[in-house]
Formats: sequence, C-alpha cells, structure tokens
Amino acid sequence: MADSAVVHSIDGPSGPKPRKTLSRRNIILYGTLFVVAVYYLIPLYVMLVTSVKGMPEIRMGNIFSLPLEITFEPWVKAWSQACTGLNCDGLSRGFWNSVKITVPSVVISIAIASINGYALANWRFKGANLFFTILIFGAFIPYQIMIYPLVILLRDLGLYTKLPGLILIHTIFGMPILTLLFRNYFTTIPEELFKAARVDGAGFWGIYFRVMMPMSLPIFAVAIVLQVTGIWNDFLFGVIYTKPANYPMTVQLNNIVNSVLGVKEYNVNMAATLLTGLVPLAIYFISGKLFVRGIAAGAVKG
Amino acid sequence: MNSIEIKKLSLNFGEVVVLKDLNLTIEKGEFLVLLGASGCGKSTLLNCVAGLLDITDGQIFINGKNVTWDEPAQRGIGMVFQSYALYPQMTVKGNLSFGLKNAGLPKEEIEKRVKHASEILQIESLLDRKPAALSGGQRQRVAIGRALVRDVEVFLFDEPLSNLDAKLRTELRVEIKRLHQKLDNTMIYVTHDQIEAMTLADRIAIMRDGLIQQLDTPKKIYSNPVNKYVAGFIGSPSMNFLKGTILQNNKPIFKLEGGWCESPDLSNYIFQESIKAETQVWLGIRPESVVVGGEAENMPVNFSLEVEVFEPMGADTLVWSQIGGQEFRFMIDGNTSVNVGDRVTVGFDPAHASIFDFDNEERL
Repeated sequence: MADSAVVHSIDGPSGPKPRKTLSRRNIILYGTLFVVAVYYLIPLYVMLVTSVKGMPEIRMGNIFSLPLEITFEPWVKAWSQACTGLNCDGLSRGFWNSVKITVPSVVISIAIASINGYALANWRFKGANLFFTILIFGAFIPYQIMIYPLVILLRDLGLYTKLPGLILIHTIFGMPILTLLFRNYFTTIPEELFKAARVDGAGFWGIYFRVMMPMSLPIFAVAIVLQVTGIWNDFLFGVIYTKPANYPMTVQLNNIVNSVLGVKEYNVNMAATLLTGLVPLAIYFISGKLFVRGIAAGAVKG
Repeated sequence: MNSIEIKKLSLNFGEVVVLKDLNLTIEKGEFLVLLGASGCGKSTLLNCVAGLLDITDGQIFINGKNVTWDEPAQRGIGMVFQSYALYPQMTVKGNLSFGLKNAGLPKEEIEKRVKHASEILQIESLLDRKPAALSGGQRQRVAIGRALVRDVEVFLFDEPLSNLDAKLRTELRVEIKRLHQKLDNTMIYVTHDQIEAMTLADRIAIMRDGLIQQLDTPKKIYSNPVNKYVAGFIGSPSMNFLKGTILQNNKPIFKLEGGWCESPDLSNYIFQESIKAETQVWLGIRPESVVVGGEAENMPVNFSLEVEVFEPMGADTLVWSQIGGQEFRFMIDGNTSVNVGDRVTVGFDPAHASIFDFDNEERL
C-alpha cells in the first residue's frame, strides 16, 4: 500500500478523477429535482387518495391523509352510474364515444398526413411549395375563427352532431402540424435511398409502404402520441360538433363534475377525472421512448 | 454497337444551366469515367441517364432504345450510390431481391440470381444480416450486388468509393475492375478522384461547368491534355505551369516571364498548328517529367533552382522550388538526400511538355 502511494506522488494523477457522491453540486441538483417532482406529484396524490375514500372521510377535510378505509365504490360509480342529465350510465358511454372518435381520427389523419409529407419531401411535384405554404399557413390561423363556418359546413354535409363529422374536424385540424412533422422527417432520410428504390422499380406506393414507412416508426409514434392526447383531451370541438348522446369522455366528465344538483361527490369526481386521463397517460408510458427518439431524430426541427 | 447514346442533352434547374447540349456515345462493354470537380454536372449527368432527373432537352438511348421518357426501372440499368443507400430494415438478401420482387420475378429465379451475385461478390455469409451490422466495404459490395442481380446491360456508379477509407478504396477499386473484366458490362463511373479515373477507365470524360472538356483514353488525357484545366486536374502532384512568351526565331524559343537568361529551345514540342511569334503562353510540365543532375544537363531545357520545401513520399521526394518568381515542383528519387537551400540542376524534354494559350488556355 505504501508503495502505491509513493508511485502516485511521483507520477501525479492517473486514471479517472475521483468524484464525491455527496458533493455540494449533487445535493443542490438532486434536492431541486426532488422538490420539483414532489410539487408536481402532489395534486395527483390528492386525487388518487380522495378517489378511494368514502364521502364521510372526505368531509373530515384531511385531503393529504391516507385513506383509513379503501373503497373502489367511487370508481365503479364514476364508470357506470354517475348521472349526466338524463343518462345515468356513468362515464362508460363517453369513453366508448371517445374511442369511436379518437381511433378513426388518429388513423385517418396520420395516414393522410404521412402520405402528404412523403409526397412533399420526395416527389417534388408542381406546386408542391405553394401547397406546403398554404398548409403551414393554416397552422397559424386561430381555430376559433373557423368554428362557426365549420358548423355550417358540417350542417350542409349532413354530418353536424354526428361522430363522422367530429372525426372529419379532427382530421382537418391535425393536418398542418402532422404534415410538417412527416415532411421534415422524410427529408432527413437520404435521397439516395429513394433513388435506389426507384431504380429497383418501386413506385409511389411501393416506396412509401416498403421503404419509407418501415424506416419511420419513431415519427409515427410521435404522431400517434400527439394525436391521441390531443383528440382524447379535446373538449371544445366535442361539445360544439356533437350532441349529448355522442359526447366524448371529456365533455361528459365536465358535466359530471360541474353538475349543480345534489351533493358534490368529490371521490367520484376524482375517479372520473383519473379515468379520463388514463388513456393519454398510458400512451405516454408505452411510447415514451419512441417519442423521445422521434423528436430527437430531427422530427420537429425547422 | 453503342450501348449508350446521349444526344444534345440539356438540363436546367430554373435559371441555372447544369448541362448544355451534351453529346456522348459509349460503346458496349466500355468503362467510362466521368471526372470533374464537385458541381461540374457529372453526377447530374449520371442521374439523367438513370432517369432520376427530368431532362430539359435532348434524348437518351440505351441499347438502341430511346429511354428518354422511361422510368428508371425500365431502362435496363443498375446503380450504385456513394452512401450505399441500402434499405436499413431489410436483410442483405432482402436488399438484393427487392428490385426483383418489384419486377415480379418467380421465386426460384430470384434465389438463383441472389446466389449468383453473392458468390461473385463473396457476401454469401452476410445474406441474413441487416446493413447496420456490415462494415463500409461490405455495404458497398451489397450495393454493387443489388445492381448485379438486376442482370442489366449498364452499370452506373455514383462515387461509390468516396465514403470508404483509403485502404478499402484501393481494394474495392481493383474489385470493380475485375468485375468489369468478368461481366463485360457497360459501366459509367462518376468520381472526383483522378487516380480512380486513371486506373479504371477505358475512356475518361473530364467535365467542367456542364461541358465535357476532353473525352479520351487515360493515357492520352495524361500526355496530351486539351487545355490547362484538364492538365491541372489530371496527374498528382499536378502539373507545373510557367508563364512566358514564345519567341519565334525560325525555331520556337520560350522566354520565361520574370527572368531566366537562357532561352530554351522548344523544337521538340509538336505544336497543333504553326504559332505566331510573341504569343503569350503557359508552359506546362509534369513534376515527374523533370529530371535532375547530370541527366538534366543533356536536356534541351535545363536550369538550376534552390530547394525551398521537400516532401518525402517514400519512393519519390517531391521538391518545391521557384523559377523567376513562379512555383515549380519536381520529383527526385526517394533515396537522394536533399536539404533546404540546396541548388539543383533540373531539366526536361519539351516533347513531354504541354503548351497552352495564355488567354483561352487551349493547347497549342
């Protein structure tokens, strides 16, 4: 041992520089992170514990305390018994409506936008730049301006208050940003690959399905996350373009929480809110890694 | 029979003229190299032949068939790209068979061709791997294989070796040459590397600003460049250019600008046509055509210089020097010792020189 110490003093530092785990820098860094994380998690915690408490316990007012007695009654009630207007079948109706709205909207908007982006990036057709400019311009118009004209448009198409109408609205509003996303991603794919596929005899669709799409899974994941969360969480379009029987989950949630009749059932409200937020949350957890990779792959740059 | 015929080809990108009125005929089985600095239009020309760019004017014939409006896949070409352009999500086998599947070939035929190509290129053991698991050289072999399985008359190479390191580049260069000897296909090869061009080509087309400057065998281009640009582009180290005047006193005499008292006799040089007295010229001489020492004194042109910088390159040493304020490089044997400040007598035979007009830089 003495020998090695001597060697060290002669040669000076060698190998990796030793680092202290409990340095000032680390304490500040992790301390800040911890405080911020707690700060953001407290509301979620309150919601979770409240949703499994019974009403008597909630009335005691200790919102931060853990439940004395865990009950899933509020969850069941929120899902299948809570009343909105005349219907008393809970959020389940809204959930299925939201599924019926979100799935086709996401699929259709991504399918069209990815083909748009592919055509814009790889097949520089005549007027491509003009088309792209108009599309991007659309992204900068506040959509509140378009609400009333779209009501009239849907009415004339006979789609007002129907689910296909709302799906059409979501598809249209997703188009500018999604097309931009896909176009920018496809332009990062080397042009030579596209040329090679053409020499190999693949056509417009062949190249799209067999060369471009398999290479673009991260950006598809990004688009899915953006669209699912966006459409699932949408309230405004849902309440404007549908009727009560077709209300999506968010609108129904609002109607449950804001109902002024009877007792405020905080536990049911919390459970209903958590149920509504579950889908986007699940999507984030499942595709989180792909999402980051897609964003990092230059997907959202310029 | 002509394999490829390009007639009056023009290509503009908006206002920018990339290729103008270009004519080129390539014989069956010929290895043609398009050589030029970047931006000269050589890759553009190749893309036009492949059908990957829409041309502005002119016609392209491949094997006697007018393919001007045909899709790339219908033209009977295979193409190899600089970045390999392998489909990353497919295996090597998938990459090789993609084009054949698109063409709707029967399964056995695809199998047979993939097997044949992978044998020629020695990539049989790699067939089940994805491109990401291959080295650069292996990837480029697969890319060549993709052209090979198509069983086409014409191969197009777009700087295929530029992404490889120097050692692999020389290896694959020889392999491409072997492949050409074996298959006897017509090949068009784009490069900016004049060594690749010299070693591979049957003929070289040197391009500049969308025009072919000279189209000839490597040897002819090396010894008889048609203008100063071609002379400077081919050969490494590049040619010396000395500015001066031809004095016509029944035999041509060169007078170097800025000094040099003796006036060397250029009688050995074969002029294209008779030359007027007092013509301003560039006298070009390759560093490797310059001799030194006793040998130099017997040359029609000789003078002595001071060594400024020398670069040992193994077999030879390149010496940088000046004559009359103009730069002059020459080669000496690698075993000769030389020091900065040494005076050396150098000389050359004007028969090996090239003389260009000072103004239009054309060969005289």
